[in-house]
Amino acid sequence: MHEDEHGGHHPAHSHGDHTHQAGSHLEGVELQVRALETLLTEKGYIDPAAVDALIDAFENRIGPRNGARVVARAWANPEYRKKLFDDAIPAIAEFGFSGWQGEHMTALENTPETHNMVVCTLCSCYPWPVLGLPPAWYKSPPYRSRAVIDPRGVLAEFGVTLPETTRIRVWDSTAEIRYLVVPMRPAGTEGWSEKRLAELVTRDSMIGTGLPLSAEASP
Amino acid sequence: MNGPHDLGGAHGFGPVAPPREEPVFHHPWEGRVFAINKAAGAMGFWHIDKSRHAKERIPPAEYLASSYYWNWLAGLERLLLEHGLVTQTELETGRMREPGKKPRQVLRGADVAGVLRTPYSYEREAAAPRRFAVGEQVRARVMHPTGHTRLPRYVRGRTGEVIGIRGCHVFPDSHCATDDEDPQWLYSVAFRSTELWGPQGRAGDQVILDLFEPYLERA
Repeated sequence: MHEDEHGGHHPAHSHGDHTHQAGSHLEGVELQVRALETLLTEKGYIDPAAVDALIDAFENRIGPRNGARVVARAWANPEYRKKLFDDAIPAIAEFGFSGWQGEHMTALENTPETHNMVVCTLCSCYPWPVLGLPPAWYKSPPYRSRAVIDPRGVLAEFGVTLPETTRIRVWDSTAEIRYLVVPMRPAGTEGWSEKRLAELVTRDSMIGTGLPLSAEASP
Repeated sequence: MNGPHDLGGAHGFGPVAPPREEPVFHHPWEGRVFAINKAAGAMGFWHIDKSRHAKERIPPAEYLASSYYWNWLAGLERLLLEHGLVTQTELETGRMREPGKKPRQVLRGADVAGVLRTPYSYEREAAAPRRFAVGEQVRARVMHPTGHTRLPRYVRGRTGEVIGIRGCHVFPDSHCATDDEDPQWLYSVAFRSTELWGPQGRAGDQVILDLFEPYLERA
């Protein structure tokens, strides 16, 4: 690895040496990022308190439990379900979920005939207000390359096998429209409260790479 | 540009291998890089299309060999240098050598929660009536612009059906090249899997992309 005199390896002047990600260099990366943060703070560009607050928001508040509440309400309440599919933005805003990467939301309905699955082949577009930041696999070349050409093969890696008769619609998020998959409600959950239903809604079921938990698997 | 980020349909990246559980950030530096990026973006020197393009311009071998947040760091350093906000020496030493430029604004810690919840819409007033209607057959144009575009290679020259009209949105190609928002109509276009992939496709399955009017021609 190319080390400069201060132990940092800067991407902006890297020369194709990629060993920087090995565990032994983790400390170097941490130091380098800290140095950049200090520099930008000193220059009056960023407030470290904002950096802390952004991390805290995505580690502790904005995540897939938000989306699970939306899906559970769509399962439990037919009027809400209609609103969600007609215009997802105000329907989702009823929970107070809005903002960055959720400006143009559309809800996709999974049925026995159609299974929806979401990808961003060009980068990592994802509906932050309802799902938080995407998992590493969603942003990785294996998922981004294969979701569009081999969705069934990808689903098999998630342990999902769909009936032969179900058609798959893969949504490639190439503009600023963000998609939330509403999976099918599991059997045997009649009369359940929204809160109990929400516990069955997994993150992957809202991306379309998974199915909700079954009623028996309810925690 | 035909960059390393345009991954749809590529082979050889291996299985997706999703872990059962994973943290939002795998290392503390990833969270810092994410949040520093967002805080730096809030200064107003660049926008989302410039930020995406900065990552797309990372040399292909380096882009593909690097982790997601390493590429975010590389993209940010590139933007900071290109906008004259830091010098190469400052990046290498982590020390301020000259005072910073005045940013339009600085995101403060106390403002993060509110700003995160505030939608930034990409929809704009239409300058011209739209050319296509739902149900129409359209062909994605064959073109290979060297700048930023959101038209992936795997649909160029392929025919699909307009299934939704998403309004008139900021056009990433112009926005990135000249900062001109140049709003354009945005359509959801469904491509048959077999149209895109031939014998490797699957009858009945579809891939849907959100495509801007300049990407499309009547089929």
